[in-house]
Amino acid sequence: MADTNKNKGMIASILGLPNDDPKKTIIVAFLLCLVCSILVSTSAVMFKPKQIANKQADIKKNILAVTGLLDESSDVNTLFEQFEVKIVDLETGEYSDIDPESYDQRKASGDPAQSIKLSQQQDIANIGRRANLAKVYLLKEDDKIKRVVLPIHGYGLWSTLYGFVSLESNFNSIGGLQFYSHAETPGLGGEVDNPKWRKQWQGKKIFNDAGELEIEVIRGHVDYQVEGSEHKVDGLSGATLTSRGVSHLVNFWLGDDGFGPYLKKMSEAEK
Amino acid sequence: MANAIKSSVVDPLIDNNPITLQVLGVCSALAVTTNMTAALIMSIALTTVTAFSSAMISSIRNHIPSSIRIIVQMTIIASLVIIVDQLLKAYAYDASKQLSVFVGLIITNCIVLGRAEAFAMKNPPVLSFFDGIGNGLGYSLILMIVAFFRELLGSGKLFGHVVIPVANEGGWYMPNGLMLLPPSAFFVIGLIIWLVRSVKREQIESADYQIHQVHRTEVL
Repeated sequence: MADTNKNKGMIASILGLPNDDPKKTIIVAFLLCLVCSILVSTSAVMFKPKQIANKQADIKKNILAVTGLLDESSDVNTLFEQFEVKIVDLETGEYSDIDPESYDQRKASGDPAQSIKLSQQQDIANIGRRANLAKVYLLKEDDKIKRVVLPIHGYGLWSTLYGFVSLESNFNSIGGLQFYSHAETPGLGGEVDNPKWRKQWQGKKIFNDAGELEIEVIRGHVDYQVEGSEHKVDGLSGATLTSRGVSHLVNFWLGDDGFGPYLKKMSEAEK
Repeated sequence: MANAIKSSVVDPLIDNNPITLQVLGVCSALAVTTNMTAALIMSIALTTVTAFSSAMISSIRNHIPSSIRIIVQMTIIASLVIIVDQLLKAYAYDASKQLSVFVGLIITNCIVLGRAEAFAMKNPPVLSFFDGIGNGLGYSLILMIVAFFRELLGSGKLFGHVVIPVANEGGWYMPNGLMLLPPSAFFVIGLIIWLVRSVKREQIESADYQIHQVHRTEVL
């Protein structure tokens, strides 16, 4: 009893101090920070599971959208069951037998045991490290691959863009390209989400006749009269650096350090 | 008391509207008004933050040292904004993706800090709470009007539902692309301010300076 009285006395004496007393200033600031940080961290922890579920559903939705399967009236999870998820060893291009459910590529690319450091020449997408294993999503019809969706990411102007590119069964034509997470300037670099711009990617060829990787986001508009226009995409006006970033990241992930070996293997098997 | 509450909710709607009279919070009014859904969610988020931050700041107003006054207000506002952002990410994921950074930018919205500094620091919590609601609603009203015109004229839709079929989807209406760009919000807000001030002439501010006509006979 005496204790609480003493405590009360202490609180009252602090509250009773003049507002500009340095002691009170520090105490008020400290208490405020404490209360606010408890509120913020409680809400962050409480809503986390729901947010993670949302994010996963969003990724599935994007995979469906990039293959043109998204249908607003059906459940995302049931639609997504058409896909077979596999893990690819990027070095060899072979499938790995790791359970895709438990594999987190973003986490792996930060872990030295599961990723490689890219040299400056290799790292055109500006990602620093690349995971050894990557997820691929296969859409099959009568046991034959109809579409393959590859996760891609790389640096634009302000942020890392995360997205998917889907390829047709010839492993050469692009079926679609879409980013699900980025923080580029809305209206400029943020136009990577523009459906009109994204549509241009459809049908572009990633390899030329000699079998070399050739795909590029150029500055300005593509001249369709000129040869090689099937390898080129219009740049976004007012967003040179984001366009360049997209160009680099697509080249990285479809190139020898990305899914290149896997694509080569798959297209040979197709022949 | 009941009267004071009523006037603190109703006044900011037109007579003392934060956007049209005080011209605060215009930046977000430009950014999130391309469609009505985004504008509605932004309005709800801002109204909630303004109301609760005003109430919280008001309840400790007698113990806020004046030297760290603004920091204390900002900390409370920022914490509330983070909580609202987390809530949106959990329960309105698509909308929060669309609003992206603008929810976080409520922290810097002049209306929130303006009400905290101008009203909550001098008035009791309940009244401050309703003052926050009122100002939030005043902001929401303008946001919804702007979004209505921008979405209707820019994409022929309201809340995402087709109202006027647009030309490139087989309809007759050629949408005005300018309405989807931020500058159009300036025009719409400008027109609203003009309209409000032609009806309520007492809102017209006196000119900062008057050009002086000098006559030849006058000695300078």
